[in-house]
Amino acid sequence: MSRLLVCPPEFFGIEYEINPWMRLANRVNHGRAMRQWHELMRVLEKDVGVVLERMTPIPGLPDLVFTANAGIVVGRTAVVSRFRYPERQPEEAHFEDWFRGQSYDVVKVEKELYFEGAGDLLGFPEYWFGGYRQRSDFHVFPVLSERFHREIIPLELVDSRFYHLDTCLCPLSGGELLYFPAAFDRYGQAAIAERIPDKLRLAVPEDEALQFACNAVCVGKHVVLPAGCPTTQAWLRMRGYEIHTAQLDEFMKSGGSAKCLTLALD
Amino acid sequence: MNHYQERVCLQGHIIDSLVLAKVLDLILMMGGTFDLEDVHIGKTREEPSHTRIRIQTASRALLDDILKAIQPHGASIEHEADCRTDGAPADGVLPDDFYATTHLPTQIRLNGQWLDVDRIEMDLAIAVSEAGFVAQAVPMGEVRRGDQIVIGREGVRVIPLQRPRERDVFGFMESQVSAERPHGHIIADIATRMRQMRERHRERQSDSHVLLAGGPAIIHAGGREALTWLIEQGFIHILFCGNALAAHDMEADLFGTSLGYGLTAGRAVPHGHEHHLRTINRIRAIGGIEAAVTSGMIKQGIMAACVRQGVPVIMSGTIRDDGPLPGVITDSVLAQRAMRTLIPGVGLALLVASTLHSVATGNLLPATVPTVCVDVNPSVPTKLADRGSFQAVGLVMDAASFLSELARLLGKST
Repeated sequence: MSRLLVCPPEFFGIEYEINPWMRLANRVNHGRAMRQWHELMRVLEKDVGVVLERMTPIPGLPDLVFTANAGIVVGRTAVVSRFRYPERQPEEAHFEDWFRGQSYDVVKVEKELYFEGAGDLLGFPEYWFGGYRQRSDFHVFPVLSERFHREIIPLELVDSRFYHLDTCLCPLSGGELLYFPAAFDRYGQAAIAERIPDKLRLAVPEDEALQFACNAVCVGKHVVLPAGCPTTQAWLRMRGYEIHTAQLDEFMKSGGSAKCLTLALD
Repeated sequence: MNHYQERVCLQGHIIDSLVLAKVLDLILMMGGTFDLEDVHIGKTREEPSHTRIRIQTASRALLDDILKAIQPHGASIEHEADCRTDGAPADGVLPDDFYATTHLPTQIRLNGQWLDVDRIEMDLAIAVSEAGFVAQAVPMGEVRRGDQIVIGREGVRVIPLQRPRERDVFGFMESQVSAERPHGHIIADIATRMRQMRERHRERQSDSHVLLAGGPAIIHAGGREALTWLIEQGFIHILFCGNALAAHDMEADLFGTSLGYGLTAGRAVPHGHEHHLRTINRIRAIGGIEAAVTSGMIKQGIMAACVRQGVPVIMSGTIRDDGPLPGVITDSVLAQRAMRTLIPGVGLALLVASTLHSVATGNLLPATVPTVCVDVNPSVPTKLADRGSFQAVGLVMDAASFLSELARLLGKST
């Protein structure tokens, strides 16, 4: 059974601006955010059937809710993130504590390097993709590749609206891929096309990419994705996936959606 | 010339991701050039690849811009350290692990800055001035106790030659030597260069000197008249030779023979074998070659042309010399030193019909100087071409034919 790490949005809000989505003036409706998050949790637990591990929220860390950026978990090893922006750096210690509390072997990347966890490193069982330039550094990928004996294909993120790889690329359990090509340069687009055949690849239209269609959670044949992405949904259905949509617009004010709110533990 | 360079390393899954292609494209698009060194491509998908890239640019600013642009894609500047130096333990003795030079442009890193090594020449050491601002190639024998000498290889870099801009025989990176190759176009290219050099020399531009190092076969084979003409017309600016070339040149003027052979009759003349000895004796008696020419004793020929044109002549002696003529330097270390002083400013070197002087001169020349080696014995041009300079052209042909054809192409009437 799949386990996901999540963190309730008690203290979620816009308290700084570190991506083009965040606007201090754009207040989060707290009650609505709570309802949206709990509904997402209900879908994940009841409809998809995953086990949720809940972290304790911390006042003053509004983005702790985006657990995808806690790090990455491979077997019993957790690589803890090192955030680029000082605003999120205090989260590192809490994520680390949580991993240690769960008896994971905790690994940290070199001090000079930035690495924002499963936000920038995701893929298929045989190989992973690493997003760099916006948040994570290129140099972490060779290190992680060596540690976990996995090929990591680095992809430069060229559009600041898609600042984490999980905002524009989503590998699925059947080997398919959702992605927004314009978030990558021609080298990245060619590298993706070289790896994944046309029929397994959906180039998500821009309007749906901006709804964070790629920020989907895929567990087995279930895909949980934000509402308002009909093309993506139709394609997924055609590929045999069971679709669950979630209304997550309060979290999109911060530049995150379903995937950002979860971290795969197994 | 792209003189600014830096090495960067790139590793990871850089092939399938096209990151290597992107980095190389960036370098080219921004106006730099690169060489890939130590490319290792992972054998499996899991195994990472790594490569070293040497980036070259025409300016420091461009190099910095390129480095800044490629660093986010994983290119990291190779760790660089200053060169290490050690004091020479005694006069004429280098520290045990001294850096031995090549004839290619070389830089050393001192106090974080790359510094050009002056007077580069193969098989020397590098001495650093006390203040650390000047680096110069020095021969072993000239080192003084306590001189700071570069040791090891760290902090030393050799800059490969750029392909010359001229699309002539020097620009094709072919240093092959063949007796079967047609010579006409090669000599024509040399003539074109010499015409340009004469113009530049008249305008007192840098590196405009044409050096000729030659052996006595020039005289025996009948190249004397052509070489004399080339010197008189201002095409040759420095002459390196031995006792014999000078002696037989003046023998020809005094007796009409070269080593006793009548140059026009083409046969041995009675007592002709004495002529070169009598020539040397007369020059010794009058005090020297210059005195012989200015007094009118020697009227024509290579030596006379050099004296009249003010072309410096370095004559280096050997153990088989007769006499020798006044002015011949019999201490080979001193001769080498004298030759070395005339190397800066040389822009073209013609090494003709002399194994000894050709190899000795070739050893002194930086790789940046276009060099022509002419000899009937293929081993001489081959040896010179093997120096690794693609600006070295070897011609397997007779000296007189070469010089006559060169002079004809430069306007000498036949």
